[in-house]
Amino acid sequence: MSPPQPMLTMTGVSKQFPGVRALSEVDFRLFPGEIHALMGENGAGKSTLIKVLTGVYPIDSGAMTLDGAPVSFGSPLQAQQGGVSTVYQEVNLCPNLSVAENIFIGREPRSFGRIQWSAVRSRAKELLARLQLDIDVTAQLRSYSLAVQQMVAIARAIDISAKVLIFDEPTSSLDKGEVAQLFRVMRQLSQSGVAIGFVTHFLDQVYEISDRITVLRNGRLVGEYLTRDLPQLELVEKMIGKELDVLERLEEQTKRAPHAVDRPLIQAVELGRKGSIEPFSLTIHAGEVVGLAGLLGSGRTEVARLLFGADRSDHGDLLVDGAPAGIRSPTAAMARDIAFCSENRRTEGLVEELTVRENMILALQASRGWSRPLPRRRQDELVAKYIQALRITPADPEQAVRNLSGGNQQKVILARWLITEPRLLILDEPTRGIDVGAKAEIQRLVVELSDGGLAVLFISAELDEVLRLSHKVAVLRDRRVVSELANDSTLDADRVMQTIASGS
Amino acid sequence: MTPALTNFTRHRLFWPLVVLALLLLANVIYRPSFVSVELREGHLYGSLIDIVRLSAPHMLVALGMTFVIATGGIDLSVGSVVAISGAIACLHISGQGDQNGIGGVLTAVALGLGLSLLLGLWNGFLVAGIGIQPIIATLILMVAGRGLAQLITQGQIITVNSSPYKLIGAGYSLTVPFSIVIALDVTGLAAALTRRSALGMIIESVGGNAEASRLAGVRSRRIILLVYVISAFCAGIAGFMESANVSGADGNSAGLWFELDAILAVVIGGTSLSGGRFSISGTVLGALIIQTLTTTVYAMNITPQTSLLFKAIVVIAVCLIQSPQFRAAVFKRRSRPVGPTTPHEPAQPPIVEASV
Repeated sequence: MSPPQPMLTMTGVSKQFPGVRALSEVDFRLFPGEIHALMGENGAGKSTLIKVLTGVYPIDSGAMTLDGAPVSFGSPLQAQQGGVSTVYQEVNLCPNLSVAENIFIGREPRSFGRIQWSAVRSRAKELLARLQLDIDVTAQLRSYSLAVQQMVAIARAIDISAKVLIFDEPTSSLDKGEVAQLFRVMRQLSQSGVAIGFVTHFLDQVYEISDRITVLRNGRLVGEYLTRDLPQLELVEKMIGKELDVLERLEEQTKRAPHAVDRPLIQAVELGRKGSIEPFSLTIHAGEVVGLAGLLGSGRTEVARLLFGADRSDHGDLLVDGAPAGIRSPTAAMARDIAFCSENRRTEGLVEELTVRENMILALQASRGWSRPLPRRRQDELVAKYIQALRITPADPEQAVRNLSGGNQQKVILARWLITEPRLLILDEPTRGIDVGAKAEIQRLVVELSDGGLAVLFISAELDEVLRLSHKVAVLRDRRVVSELANDSTLDADRVMQTIASGS
Repeated sequence: MTPALTNFTRHRLFWPLVVLALLLLANVIYRPSFVSVELREGHLYGSLIDIVRLSAPHMLVALGMTFVIATGGIDLSVGSVVAISGAIACLHISGQGDQNGIGGVLTAVALGLGLSLLLGLWNGFLVAGIGIQPIIATLILMVAGRGLAQLITQGQIITVNSSPYKLIGAGYSLTVPFSIVIALDVTGLAAALTRRSALGMIIESVGGNAEASRLAGVRSRRIILLVYVISAFCAGIAGFMESANVSGADGNSAGLWFELDAILAVVIGGTSLSGGRFSISGTVLGALIIQTLTTTVYAMNITPQTSLLFKAIVVIAVCLIQSPQFRAAVFKRRSRPVGPTTPHEPAQPPIVEASV
């Protein structure tokens, strides 16, 4: 058998943005019937490469071939017509249109200028059936979960073009079952001869599904490897480009010492909100890290939002320092020294247009009121201090925050809250979608802060992380706190999983 | 280009300045006396002075509109507020025995400002308190306000004969038209209020991302309420200028279409209609451009039938030339050699993953 011909090749691709060389001389190949993972830290150039590949940005220099013939795409539309489609983490469809309309928008089957709706519907149903999905295609897209929306995006992509399909962080917002379903579809597609590119931060997923790995670092190609030839540790080293001392130290770190219990800082007593979370009780002490474990949609975020007053409770009490606090708004929570980093960095965290400095001081300034501006010198001091402490890059306080990578944006929000000197810090998925190095730094920070007396409510889909950092773990299932487990030597991921599964 | 020059051309006020310069240049070529400014009876006279004087009320209204638009809102009621504040002030003055009494005029101004603040509170309450979309909420007062103004004037034009009041719109202070002094003072005050305190940043953060701001502890509702009050306040002052300039209040036509000119001035000045970053100096420039355009239309004897079309074309040109995409497209067409893979700068500096 002759060696397989790549479906798509990119050779010596470079891309320059004002002030930044995003890609230099990168090679990338996709083979039919293979799933190829593109790996690298935030800022390594993965997104740029994908965007160049799919025609979002023009190529500065370098060549691209598809099916052996040279190509260049001037727009995503051209790329799609040429056979290259992308499925993004945030689904790029119209939530207000029906599923069928979304699949065929812009290329509806017509006769005499009229759209043939019955054909639209039946073909949409067929396409989704190929992905083993049986849903009402006339319902609005927004009425379905993100996972289903992603399937719709995939259905649209494979119907337009079935040569190359790129998945850009498709699993970040999915729960375990949904990821499994997505992977089944990806395998099915690849077996039918589609060349699949896969961008993700989850190392486990790379090893679960990919056949080949390309690693980028700082806009340069590190290498292309067969997944089976590249042990996980080596992969991480290639991505980071240095020995893994930070990460390993954290990995090796034993359980946290049991927390010395003093008086409780925050007590939720049968706190609840109809349709959001069943009444729950939870106590957090100063210096204690409480982890929340549970599947996506189990009510983790809802607990956090009630404690912060982002949503109003309609049941039970919230006590701060032993007295009812009457927290009914974020402002009230902040007055009691509670801080909340939302899981949705872009929609609920950053003001993307503003600078790093402005984003960092926003919470402190808001609590002072607009008429008492924080003196500029004090602002600069605080911002410089946290840019250095959290190692935010680029270390330019006047940079618009939208120009930062995900991990650095997350640190900016962390800094915003640390500047307010809270007593309870609620972190909702603080490490999601950020690279390994930044993740380790944030974990280390949580340990340091709690050692210094800060109470932390730590929410993460990654059980390892929760177990590594927490003194105790509250387990949620179906919008209910089902159990509270002390993080002693007997607690491991399996037991937490069992608790989630059994619900007690 | 040298870096300094590049920085200058990239400044967001560069293109509005170019447009203003071009308009002025066109006037000078058409009528060289356009630039002459002379001192007559201790007053400055000339076309340039006229432009600035006539733009004063528009500048004020656009200033208030800037803050509203920065929060992602819009205020359609400013024209009606102009009519109402002028009407109530003139009504009060016309009822005075001595219309030239300073006390009466001050009371009239206080009444007008007080009523304007109330109207601003009403708008703010509808938007921030009840949560009605700004365009609808202020449309209510835009329509009802005309009725209110005519109610005050009893459907008549109230004329006044009060020299202290006339000062506001048509008077001079130290050779300079007094309305310019007022407009610049209010603008300076607004700039100081927003940029010396944290108000400007908070407004921009509410306009940039309202939910994120709420979760960062910003009391968004109060801020939104405040910007509508500021907007109505500015419109109220503009109402005095308008009515004082003609020594009379016409509930029907005073301040008509002001809201559109104001929105236009804000947009020309580079503040995005979707909210976020705002520019006070941009708005001032925008108001000057629009007034220059109006004056140009008159000065060049463009027939009334085509003058609106002429204005529209210039406004479209201003908006297009400010768009980097448009400039890139025009530039590219001229300089692109044949071949689809020619390297070229992206239309706008794209967002890159910052890697250091």
